[in-house]
Amino acid sequence: MTPYTATVEVRLKHGVLDPEAETTGRALERLGFELEDLRAADLFEVDLDAESADAAAERAGEMAERLLANPTIHDYEVTVEER
Amino acid sequence: MTVAVVQFGGSNCDRDTARALAHLGIDAELAWHEDGLPEDTTGVVLPGGFSYGDYLRAGAMAARSPIMDEVREAADSGTPVLGICNGAQIGCESSLTPGAFTTNESARFQCERVHLRVENADTPWTDHFDEGEVVEFPIAHGEGRYEIGDERLDELEADDRVLFRYCDAGGNATPEANPNGSKHSVAGVLGDRDSVAVLMPHPERVSLPDIGHTDGQGVLRAFGE
Repeated sequence: MTPYTATVEVRLKHGVLDPEAETTGRALERLGFELEDLRAADLFEVDLDAESADAAAERAGEMAERLLANPTIHDYEVTVEER
Repeated sequence: MTVAVVQFGGSNCDRDTARALAHLGIDAELAWHEDGLPEDTTGVVLPGGFSYGDYLRAGAMAARSPIMDEVREAADSGTPVLGICNGAQIGCESSLTPGAFTTNESARFQCERVHLRVENADTPWTDHFDEGEVVEFPIAHGEGRYEIGDERLDELEADDRVLFRYCDAGGNATPEANPNGSKHSVAGVLGDRDSVAVLMPHPERVSLPDIGHTDGQGVLRAFGE
């Protein structure tokens, strides 16, 4: 078994409105920053032990499918690194 | 013979719901989620509140708690199941009902009275109303914007599974009358069966004559049939 950190990035599907990101973008503009757009995402770092990087990625992907993301509104991406 | 009003840590409309049901002569019992559903459960309410502090997403944690397996089994066997507000979020998170309720377009918590148009009056939840009838319920949520893929929404509408839409006093589902930016103004939907429904507005808060309107009684009476 090898220790890995799986990083799961969960973001809204393209086209799904993100009022919090819009509000944050407007607040940045009020602070004087120039920006075109702002997108927000959730990042989960899961420390786990697995037989291989693929096995770690698979388990983290299942975590995303079953809890970390809501497939109705979210896309997610899993990356794995040895810890 | 009892309607189980499921309490999670952070539920806060559980007692209101039980009281509204009792007022209608419907036997109701608070059921702590760790204790499971009572054996004689004839209906289930997932009440409003902030279960698990809305951690991750509103309803996400409660939807994955063990009692939801029992609720799903009950729903599959035809037992009426109603999710209100946080219960609606739990219902969608647990796939009892389609779609998702997410952050209001305003990015704010909204607590106000809204008008709803009855879209399908041929369900246990709405057969006390007429199709197209306008009722007035309160909302109290920060994450009530209904989201669903366009194709699935088309299917839902074609199957007549939209229960209520936000509208103005005249029954027009205009953008101005849509309090939270819900897709196609959807305020409540049915699950795979007519006996499973969720809605963001609060029927239990308009069911006691002492505190005003009683439009919500029509929804809750489904449990007395």
